Amino acid sequence: MLIKITDPFPVSSSEITPEALYAGRRRFLKQLGLAAGASIGGLGSLAAVVDAGAQLPSLNVARKSEMAGGESLTPYEAITHYNNYYEFGTEKDDPARNAGRLRTRPWSVVVDGECEAPGRIDLDDLIKPQVLEERIYRHRCVEGWSMVAPWVGFPLADVLKRFRPTSKAKYVAFYTLLDRLQMPDTARDVLNWPYREGLRIDEAMHPLAFLSVGLYGRVLPNQNGAPLRLTLPWKYGYKSIKSIVHMQFVERQPLTSWNESAPREYGFYSNVNPAVDHPRWSQAQERRLGEVFKRKTLMFNGYPEVASLYTGMDLRTYY
Amino acid sequence: MKRLLAWRAAAWALGIVPLLTLVKWVVQGKLGANPVEFVEHYLGDWTLRLLLITLAMTPLRMLTRLTEPVRVRRILGLWAFAFLCLHFSMYLIFDLGFSLSQLSEDLMKRTYITLGFAAWLLLVPLAVTSTTGWQRRLKRRWITVHRFIYPAALLGSIHYLWLVKADIRQPLIYLSILLGLLAFRLPWSRWAHAPPGRAATEVKTN
Repeated sequence: MLIKITDPFPVSSSEITPEALYAGRRRFLKQLGLAAGASIGGLGSLAAVVDAGAQLPSLNVARKSEMAGGESLTPYEAITHYNNYYEFGTEKDDPARNAGRLRTRPWSVVVDGECEAPGRIDLDDLIKPQVLEERIYRHRCVEGWSMVAPWVGFPLADVLKRFRPTSKAKYVAFYTLLDRLQMPDTARDVLNWPYREGLRIDEAMHPLAFLSVGLYGRVLPNQNGAPLRLTLPWKYGYKSIKSIVHMQFVERQPLTSWNESAPREYGFYSNVNPAVDHPRWSQAQERRLGEVFKRKTLMFNGYPEVASLYTGMDLRTYY
Repeated sequence: MKRLLAWRAAAWALGIVPLLTLVKWVVQGKLGANPVEFVEHYLGDWTLRLLLITLAMTPLRMLTRLTEPVRVRRILGLWAFAFLCLHFSMYLIFDLGFSLSQLSEDLMKRTYITLGFAAWLLLVPLAVTSTTGWQRRLKRRWITVHRFIYPAALLGSIHYLWLVKADIRQPLIYLSILLGLLAFRLPWSRWAHAPPGRAATEVKTN
């Protein structure tokens, strides 16, 4: 009989900056076009909240969009210590403890499939031409909890267009890094690794679809999907794939990890929809991190501008 | 006598220590980003642990030939029930906001909640009839009623297994320990169904 009373928040190894990140910080700051002390100004007011992540370099954010209806931000501590990132463990506090061993530089992304300019691109070259903007999005997990987070990144469409997808590119498939040494929990087949996700091309090109490299004005913490992750505010959280190494334009709807694991419970589309229950629990309500009572879940998580993507589709069938 | 006192103290500690630990974490605000979920899971975990510990007492008596294990079963079982009531209350208050219509919807549509609720229902008569007075009044039927702990523990473990998203290691550990403890009773099944005289001796040792 195991009787273990664990402290839910011991000092995590993620609070220690990974050596590679530390060593590469100057190069990284330069490439992101960051002036020393850029964290002053608009980000200064966040100083107290981001204290826990103060060792991560700040990003030079050119533009800010509040896209969560003025709702207050979920604290940095909560966003970075309550994560689903099964490659680093299945408990919510596992990723914060274990993701420190992920090396996020050097990092490259392969973009291939149905496009005219396929290739492997260094992450810094991928980021360089993009203007970093902050977007405050609601985030709704399929498990029934939610948060409001200020992501830093750029529209997914802007990056995808650089590789000139052809007319055969009907979908985009995304892959997370699979590295047994850096991701100890991939030794267990909780999911079929590598983690895979996918979007229809018009979803991928929608202005709300976002690629994040930062959080709270700073470089994305590993447990939140560093160095590059999707942020799709109108879909359940697991669609927003983390630590992307491969994007592929494909003609057929790609296989996605959770759909493969439990097709009745997790569909390809996975749009936030209070009217369509998960087979085991209701999706009508959610608990915002930091709140004790539940609140009503909004259709498309409160982003009605994506509704036109799904006109004529029965969202009970295409859940 | 001293030994029995020590066993009783240990049984009380198994209930009080996890409860005080939880209170300490609540006061210190160390429940993480989703405190309600944390408390619900914590109470559910301890309900199952205490049920398993309770069910381990009979095998323990057989293995050690000590009588103390079965004499602390009531304390342990009542602690398990207390944790279960707290667990259920958290769900009623914070997940449902006391809405009975939502409770009935959950009970009809969500099997893992139905199972958990059934486990609670099964354990209510055990808690009520746990006193020596009831034990005397019900005589042999008391044993029958208190065998409800087997289906209740099974339902509780399956309730846990059913609600987990993908990583079923923990619930499987609980379930295998439970099946082991239940299997331990199989060779003794003839003894359990023994004629009244022998069953009565069994009651006396409680």
